Amino acid sequence: MLIYIARRLVAGVFVMIVASFILYLLMTQAGDPLAFTLTIQNPTQRQAVIDEVTNTLSLDVPPVERYFDWLTRLVFQQDFGLVSTTQEPVSSELARRVPTTLKLVTAATVLSVIIGIFTGVITALRQYSGFDYLVTFVTFVFFSLPVFWVAVILKDWGGINLNDWLRDGAQFSTTFVVAMALLFAVVGASFAGGTAVRKAAIGAACAVIAALVLAWVSATQWLLDPGFGFFGFAVITTAVVVGVVAVMAGLANRRALIAGGVTGAIGVVSYIPMQAVFDNPINVWQLFGWLAIALAVSTAVGYIVGGYDKGQAARTAGVVAVFCGIVMVVDRMMQSWAEYSAEPVIRNRPIKTIGDGEDRLDGSFWVIADNTFSHLVLPTIALMLISVAAYTRFSRSSMLEVLNQDYIRTARAKGLTERTVLVRHALRNALLPLATIVAFDISGIISGAVITETVFQWEGMGTLFIDGLREFDPNRVMAFFVVTGAFAVVFNLLADVAYAVLDPRIRVGE
Amino acid sequence: MPCWIRESEWGSEDVVTEQQDGEHSPVEPVEPAALEGENAIELSEVAGLSQGQIVRRRFFRHRGAMLALAVLALIIVLATTSVGWGPIPGWWKWSHTDLVPQTPDDGPTMSLRPTWLGGAGIRLGDHPFGVDNELGKDMFALTMRGVQTSLTVIIVLGVLSTTIGVTVGALSGYYGKWVDAALMRATDVVIVIPLLVITAVAGFALGLSGIWPVAVALGVFTWTGLARLVRAEFLALREREFVDAARVANASDRRIIFKHILPNTVGTIVVSTTLLMGAGLLTEAALGFLGFGVRPPEVSLGTIVNQYQGAFGTRPWLFLWPGFFIVGIVLCLQFIGDGLRDAFDPRQKRIPSRKDLERGNDPISEQEGLPAEAAIHRVPGGSE
Repeated sequence: MLIYIARRLVAGVFVMIVASFILYLLMTQAGDPLAFTLTIQNPTQRQAVIDEVTNTLSLDVPPVERYFDWLTRLVFQQDFGLVSTTQEPVSSELARRVPTTLKLVTAATVLSVIIGIFTGVITALRQYSGFDYLVTFVTFVFFSLPVFWVAVILKDWGGINLNDWLRDGAQFSTTFVVAMALLFAVVGASFAGGTAVRKAAIGAACAVIAALVLAWVSATQWLLDPGFGFFGFAVITTAVVVGVVAVMAGLANRRALIAGGVTGAIGVVSYIPMQAVFDNPINVWQLFGWLAIALAVSTAVGYIVGGYDKGQAARTAGVVAVFCGIVMVVDRMMQSWAEYSAEPVIRNRPIKTIGDGEDRLDGSFWVIADNTFSHLVLPTIALMLISVAAYTRFSRSSMLEVLNQDYIRTARAKGLTERTVLVRHALRNALLPLATIVAFDISGIISGAVITETVFQWEGMGTLFIDGLREFDPNRVMAFFVVTGAFAVVFNLLADVAYAVLDPRIRVGE
Repeated sequence: MPCWIRESEWGSEDVVTEQQDGEHSPVEPVEPAALEGENAIELSEVAGLSQGQIVRRRFFRHRGAMLALAVLALIIVLATTSVGWGPIPGWWKWSHTDLVPQTPDDGPTMSLRPTWLGGAGIRLGDHPFGVDNELGKDMFALTMRGVQTSLTVIIVLGVLSTTIGVTVGALSGYYGKWVDAALMRATDVVIVIPLLVITAVAGFALGLSGIWPVAVALGVFTWTGLARLVRAEFLALREREFVDAARVANASDRRIIFKHILPNTVGTIVVSTTLLMGAGLLTEAALGFLGFGVRPPEVSLGTIVNQYQGAFGTRPWLFLWPGFFIVGIVLCLQFIGDGLRDAFDPRQKRIPSRKDLERGNDPISEQEGLPAEAAIHRVPGGSE
């Protein structure tokens, strides 16, 4: 195994060196890095800038020699050189842009993994149903969407028009409510199994619920000042408890149900005192601290009431606690939404289409959180469309493959409940190949998203690359290449190793 | 013995080995009683047909793929004949270079709502997709030209990357050892070099303009995925008995690669080429959008979208139409690829519908005297 890892790393470094040599030579042939100086009117000033850039990029040295100079400085002094136009070190540029890119792409990746796996597994369980065909069609459409086109549309509809609509009172038209109700009816009916009557009934129920919720949201102008409130939180917590217990232990497991229920009750009871905690100055680490406390309490509850299977009850209660915590934090963010929108620099146009955050904003932790959210939401949607489709397809085919295995039939034959078969025997094995794909994807995270960052004007790795390329600056392009390439080599290796560790059938290094 | 006799003997040998080659052979003699219901239905449908016929049948039965094929053909015909392409004369009154006179109403004149529904009647009008008054362009002509460019790019890309990818994958998978190592490291190098740099350099350093540098650059640098797939297939197939048989009979490497192994990988190649062309169209459009693709005066769908992205709020038709064509073409290719994958997949089984079974079209239940209901419960996924 160690030999395998070493061999892969050596091969990776070798590939990187060859590719960087080719890339450097290509960059020196891509255009004239002095072209931007033509805009400077004063001849002496222009000459000074030309000299400076010539010096920075060593334009007086032949390209091959220049490459080896660059490589030597990079390897021995960790020096990426200077940005040709601003004469600032590329490394400080990297330090600024990597966190921005991580912020953008991490959110999109995490969400698309969760949503993609969820839909993929459900479509696999309902193979050849109306829902399956619907999702398949939608994923195909997502695959076919050009990101830049969607991003521009999102900027206009999701940004400008949505802000106008919020300003005008955030009320839905009747047509919209009817259309959404019909949409929910179609999705609900296609999702339901059984006879046509059952499908119609479930579809109708979905439509009625959707229409009522939308009408209520519209009538109370909920979106202008959202929040769940105590009762909303209690209802959501109940749903969380039932859902988590049903998936993780089955509702027939009384012990797990009690553990989940007690945890949920503690969550509901602590809702009001927690508001006071949230109102005091708080930071992200304190939030994680509270989450740790919640986890400790819930697992203890599960352990005490768990009976013969303490582990399962504790796990179930822990998951319930995490979900409750997330809902509580989201609720608190919602409560600050009106305050955030009313900030003078926001001017009641909360959804932002440019940049990664409003620097001039000076508010509480929650207002800043809302600020980050409102800048993230549109680019995240643009990025997610394709990866959600990809994860849905992957997890669907992976799940189907596992469900056709003999050991699933064996599990059913020996009388296990359908829940145990699906969650414990099928899902866990279906997620194995996904672990590889996720690790693979993470290697791409750092390279950012050139198009999304360009359209939404984020200063991330993607725009570093594209700006460097536009100005024919090898230093910036090569810095981007080295960082992303190193990540790719390491994470691709990790993906293979992780797969070998998780799945004993796979052996590496032969 | 004359050379040609040996060749023809080899030819017949191929046929036999292909048939013994389990998973691609649909007509294995199997005892009917040992079959599960759905297998028997599948087999009774394909008995006596060649591999090509089976694939073609399955493909034609895929409704989504057929519809996509029709729509794609329609788009190609529309783009070719409307503004003309090379020797083909166009019937549309403007071309993408024509200066269109100012029109007071610059919106799309196409109407699909007949007069008796209160619309303007079904007509194309002077500018079905609207008109850009600032530059004096007819959007229909411009979009059609963009479609032509994009189609050219993906055809060139498809041919180039399939050729390179199959060659690299086949050599690497068949010969293994240092050939494999060298070719795969070269593939890795190609994978990590960003496409944007390639097209930027192709445009500037080579002093070329127009669509060819982009098309060729995309083709020469997008074969990596295909090469890996083909290599994997070759790795698996070269261990099979029919390859050993060919080798024992003194077939040359070239013959084994082209006559014995390559035909078995056609499914993978065709499917991934189709999907690759779809992805290639999106890449080309993205490059055009970022300004590193097709350069003016040539237009592609991506450059049109880029040019009019600012107009979306006020004159959305300038921006939306080229996008619709991108989505349309790529979606068609996706569905065709899906249909092809199903058609080539030897494990693919047609799920007989409940109606089929109830109607008694089920040859097995008729043969064995099973009630139709019993057959339903054997259909995977059908009764759960």
